Amino acid sequence: MEWQTLATALFPQGHGITEDHDFLSGSAQVGTQTVAIIGTTGHTPIGVEIALKQAEAVLHTVRTHPQRPILILVDTQGQRLRHRDEMLGINSYMAHLGKCIDLARREGHKVIALVYDQALSGGFITSGLMADACYALPEATIRVMGLPAMARITKVELDLLVELAKENPVFAPGPENYARMGGVMAIWHEDLAQRLEQALAEADPVDHRSADGYARGGRKLAQPVIDAVLAGRHVLAA
Amino acid sequence: MNSYLESTARQRMQAMLDAASFEEFIGSSERIVSPHLAQLNAAVSFDDGVMIGRGKLDGHAIFCAAQEGAFMGGAVGEVHGAKLVGLLRRAVVERPAAVLLLLESGGVRLHEANAGLIAVSEVMRALLDARAAGIPVIVAIGGSNGCFGGMGIVARCANAIIMSEEGRLAMSGPEVIETANGVEEFDSRDRALVWRTSGGKHRYLLGDCQALVADDFDAFRAAILDAMSVYEHQSSALSLSALEQEQAMLKTRLARFGDATDPLQIWEHMGIADARQLPMLEAERFCAQVAPYRLGVA
Repeated sequence: MEWQTLATALFPQGHGITEDHDFLSGSAQVGTQTVAIIGTTGHTPIGVEIALKQAEAVLHTVRTHPQRPILILVDTQGQRLRHRDEMLGINSYMAHLGKCIDLARREGHKVIALVYDQALSGGFITSGLMADACYALPEATIRVMGLPAMARITKVELDLLVELAKENPVFAPGPENYARMGGVMAIWHEDLAQRLEQALAEADPVDHRSADGYARGGRKLAQPVIDAVLAGRHVLAA
Repeated sequence: MNSYLESTARQRMQAMLDAASFEEFIGSSERIVSPHLAQLNAAVSFDDGVMIGRGKLDGHAIFCAAQEGAFMGGAVGEVHGAKLVGLLRRAVVERPAAVLLLLESGGVRLHEANAGLIAVSEVMRALLDARAAGIPVIVAIGGSNGCFGGMGIVARCANAIIMSEEGRLAMSGPEVIETANGVEEFDSRDRALVWRTSGGKHRYLLGDCQALVADDFDAFRAAILDAMSVYEHQSSALSLSALEQEQAMLKTRLARFGDATDPLQIWEHMGIADARQLPMLEAERFCAQVAPYRLGVA
């Protein structure tokens, strides 16, 4: 989806979002509050520059607009796969972005993410997945990598992966699977403006994803393992 | 055996901690294995490639995790990630002097990709929760699989990273980049280039790791204790001013070195005479030689 179309649906009261080399920033009105918008578009790969721009926008929001809610709009094909990015330490740039979002949460900013097109791998882990809650549109693509590439690397037959992917959310791309595993809080089918307002009202700084993944049947062992470590006892498996 | 590089996760844990002080949480005898590998006919491991627990380091009570590179490259699946999350959350409750993460990982385990991706982000948040609670998190990297992908990001969320020259820290591995964009982009068989790009020395020069040590346990231990001592007087939590400083450091790095095509050019640009010789120096001499030039020193 074009970000302009999305913005029109999300912000009926209007917005001041601008695009600069696939980097989105600005603010918009949601109900009675002003929300900071930070994100990417054009399925852009996340390289060192755009990771740093997003981080700068988060820090600017924390510095100049205390407690202003933040909406992260996610559309990326993943981290940029270039020697230059690795040489410059792209993992440090991405970790920095993740830490900035985490700081914002601790400073009292509600942080919501919305995957409105693509979300892949490293581009997603330090943006949408660092929010208090990450939502997705039904047509969004969320994955680590495609099944053919996965088959090549894991040396598992593609046919078997395709077959397993029908039943098991752990392989197959798609927002429903991420919702079953707790990584996506919910999928927004309609009334985007109202869903956003509700999400901001419900945002919670505690990470509930493993509990959600357990309750929804997509990750049945993560929560029992965490609980067992915490309690110093055996794992009570589902 | 005193080589960190050549040791297993279990050997590292034993060698690093005070004698007989290690107590494992959810040990291998519990046989909590990945629920996803069997259907792919892939072998499982009774600890899912990571051991976690508590022990003593030079008398200090610490929590510790060690990833096993020999099992699926130390990659993070559902159980593996949950063990790390559990350890970090328990640290907030029990308040050890530090959490030590001996990382060796290719990142997300593709056999359970979606669960692994979410798990790594849960580890990031749990790690930052521990830091916010005043528990410093120290990372050591010196295994042959390096520290890549999501775990390369997790490492940079910690308070300090100790690397050996043999350790590698990055995001995408050279093979992945070569597959995506060709051998002209990154020749994964050019081992010297691979080490210049992601090895401990380059990371140390840029300020992405806080200590570079020889490949032996005594050196790692000493550097970890040094790193821990910093947080006896300083908060381990993130702060706006520290992140603004990091923002400035990363911005300056991009401005100064963004046009470089080889790490060697960066080292020369930093003003290091005879930069070509750096890969040949052993750790101690290397550190002494680059001390005036190294970046990111607070």
